[in-house]
Amino acid sequence: MPDATGLELIARRVRDRVADVAVVDTAFQRRQATLQVAPARVHDVLAYLRDEDDEPWPWLMSLHGCDYLPDEPRLGVHYQLLSMERADRLNVKTRVGVDDPRVPSVVDLYQTADFQERELYDMFGVVFEGHPDLRRILMPEDYEGFPQRRDFPMGGEPVLFTFNEGKFPRWYD
Amino acid sequence: MEPIAGTEAEVAATDELFTINIGPHHPATHGVLRLLTTLEGEVVRDLKPIIGYVHTGIEKSCEDQQYWKAITFVERMDYLAYYFNALAFCMAVEQLLDEEVPPRAQYLRVIHLELNRIASHLFWIATGALDLGAVTMLWWGCRDRDLLLDLFEMSSGQRLHTRYFQVGGVFEDIPPGFERKCREVIRFLPSRIDQYESLLDRNEIWLRRTKGTGIVPQEKLLELGVTGPLLRASGHPWDLRKAMPHCSYEDFDFKVPVGTVGDNYDRFRVRLEEMRESIKIVEQALDGLPEGPWITPNRKVALPPRHELATSMEALIHHFKLVTEGFRVPPGEVYAAVESPRGELGCFIVADGSAKPARVHMRDPSFVNLQALKHMAEGSLIADMIACVAMLDPILGGVDR
Amino acid sequence: MTRTKLDDLRVRQLGAQQMLRGELAGRDLEEYVQERVLLTRLEAAQNWARKNACWPLGFGLACCAIEMITVIGSPRNDLARFGAEVIRFSPRQADMLILSGRVSIKMAPIIRRLYDQMLEPRWVISMGACASSAGMFNNYALVAGADKFLPVDVYVPGCPPRPEALLHGILRLHDKITGNPDMGWRERYRAEGTEEVEQA
Repeated sequence: MPDATGLELIARRVRDRVADVAVVDTAFQRRQATLQVAPARVHDVLAYLRDEDDEPWPWLMSLHGCDYLPDEPRLGVHYQLLSMERADRLNVKTRVGVDDPRVPSVVDLYQTADFQERELYDMFGVVFEGHPDLRRILMPEDYEGFPQRRDFPMGGEPVLFTFNEGKFPRWYD
Repeated sequence: MEPIAGTEAEVAATDELFTINIGPHHPATHGVLRLLTTLEGEVVRDLKPIIGYVHTGIEKSCEDQQYWKAITFVERMDYLAYYFNALAFCMAVEQLLDEEVPPRAQYLRVIHLELNRIASHLFWIATGALDLGAVTMLWWGCRDRDLLLDLFEMSSGQRLHTRYFQVGGVFEDIPPGFERKCREVIRFLPSRIDQYESLLDRNEIWLRRTKGTGIVPQEKLLELGVTGPLLRASGHPWDLRKAMPHCSYEDFDFKVPVGTVGDNYDRFRVRLEEMRESIKIVEQALDGLPEGPWITPNRKVALPPRHELATSMEALIHHFKLVTEGFRVPPGEVYAAVESPRGELGCFIVADGSAKPARVHMRDPSFVNLQALKHMAEGSLIADMIACVAMLDPILGGVDR
Repeated sequence: MTRTKLDDLRVRQLGAQQMLRGELAGRDLEEYVQERVLLTRLEAAQNWARKNACWPLGFGLACCAIEMITVIGSPRNDLARFGAEVIRFSPRQADMLILSGRVSIKMAPIIRRLYDQMLEPRWVISMGACASSAGMFNNYALVAGADKFLPVDVYVPGCPPRPEALLHGILRLHDKITGNPDMGWRERYRAEGTEEVEQA
């Protein structure tokens, strides 16, 4: 992990060389460095971090998301970058709202993002612009709803106890 | 592999393409994987894996459970490497809590992890060789795996999904006969691995089917995010146990087997050698097992031992709080990665201050490795594709979660 | 004079030879028939043959499949003693469907199709907690128990059930096939089992 000062240096380099509005926030907690970027700039920032930076981050290990209900903007997309030479990880994250959940896709930079972006689309509804084949991957193709969002109900069945079902019918209501 | 002269594979691509569904129910798909293959004769031109047939919503279920209950959910994800799932989760929670795991617990964890790695590779070779026709390996692999599962049953009472790893250490100390039995098992395991080698390694059919098939260049594998024995077979020595050591792996002296060509044969050899190295690690861990507590002494996180409940009021209150509500984790986000038998297994946890996690995501190695299947099998015959699936070692529980 | 086993064998062979030639008559014939011929109902014979050659469909979904393969493949818990080690991957050739693992909503129609393709007589063992009820995953992604869309004969609980438990389940299926299922505690306590509850 780059430490706090390392993270600030990375943030400054990204601000200088990509765009000033790209970096929204930096966070260093539990020895993990997180760089928060604006959703529209994700592709540029990741391309910069991969190729041109003095300390490049060539590999994307994981692309995952989170629903930060009740914080707005709700949906977060995290990119876990790895540098094998320095044995170091960097977390890049971006937050989009539910009403306009569009994020540029990074499949052309990191081909590993293919399945993982589809999973984010399936579970959260984040639309990745530029993805070659964005359709549901885990749920059936015609499923409606985005299961991993916090306001999606857990589903499942109430547990029935037959020995006293007669006395207390539909106790779960 | 060069097409055999005079056969259909050599004919130019002017024939019709035929799309066939190697469905979720198929002997060779290692679970419920659906492959939509576009064939030209017998040659695979395009391959689309369709997954989701065993999607269980584990990640969503975890948001409803306390942290120590979520361990059981997360264990059932990659169902051959259950200790690794639990370790990734426990490591992430321990990072969030800033908990230190006592050294005895770390060594016990390493023993169980490496035994699980051997068991996972044994099951892989049992079913992988079965796919390619070597049925004897199924009997032998399952036979030896039973001995390891006996060890797990000794330490935790369950063969699979043992809930042995807890946040802060392990659930219980190992019973008195465990070390002796473990040494017995690892004493004759190397000879068993020699038996597998002698059965398969000089078998003409095996060599013809695995040598030279399923080659993907190393850069492509790295781009696809592939880790684990697949990456090591192509020559790249990236192993999280050596590069970013966790759980006291830096105390052990072991080698990381690396292949040269990156074909199916190399993947097979790498996994066999990994089994041998794991045996070495278990021996070293048993030799150097330190004394001490097997779980963190922090009573706010770990259950107090039962005998304290009769005498100490505080212990009773801690026990009550932990069992009913669970421990609270201060808000934060953490990603912790371990080296599972299939690659990098990562766990991403978002904590919001309550006793239940707000988001648990497991970065499963099989999910990412499956993207390499298309590149491995394109241009090869169907039989080679089956060999690729066998050597890729996907676990569909982890792929679908 | 002591009769050894070899003598017995020779006597029996001689008797069989004479029977084939039609040379036995009267009391010899009666003795022969009493010794060698078993009279039973066609159903009982049929069921005995069916239960001893119950071929499972090669079908594994999740973690329980690992234990199922251990039952089939491991020399310690060996399914071959009960005649069920022949796994046929084609549903047309299989008798028994062991649902081992969690049944997701994407997989349920496929399992139903497989079950429909199987020929009568066919049986279903629901192995594990996830196939019998929702297991521990009571959420949006699973069908809560395979008996929502399949008739299940034997439920084997466990997560995952031990190989011995699965073998016990298969033996109970054998009992059910022969027609005397031992309902166990239901008989002892005169319980009626599960019943349909009217949705008010």
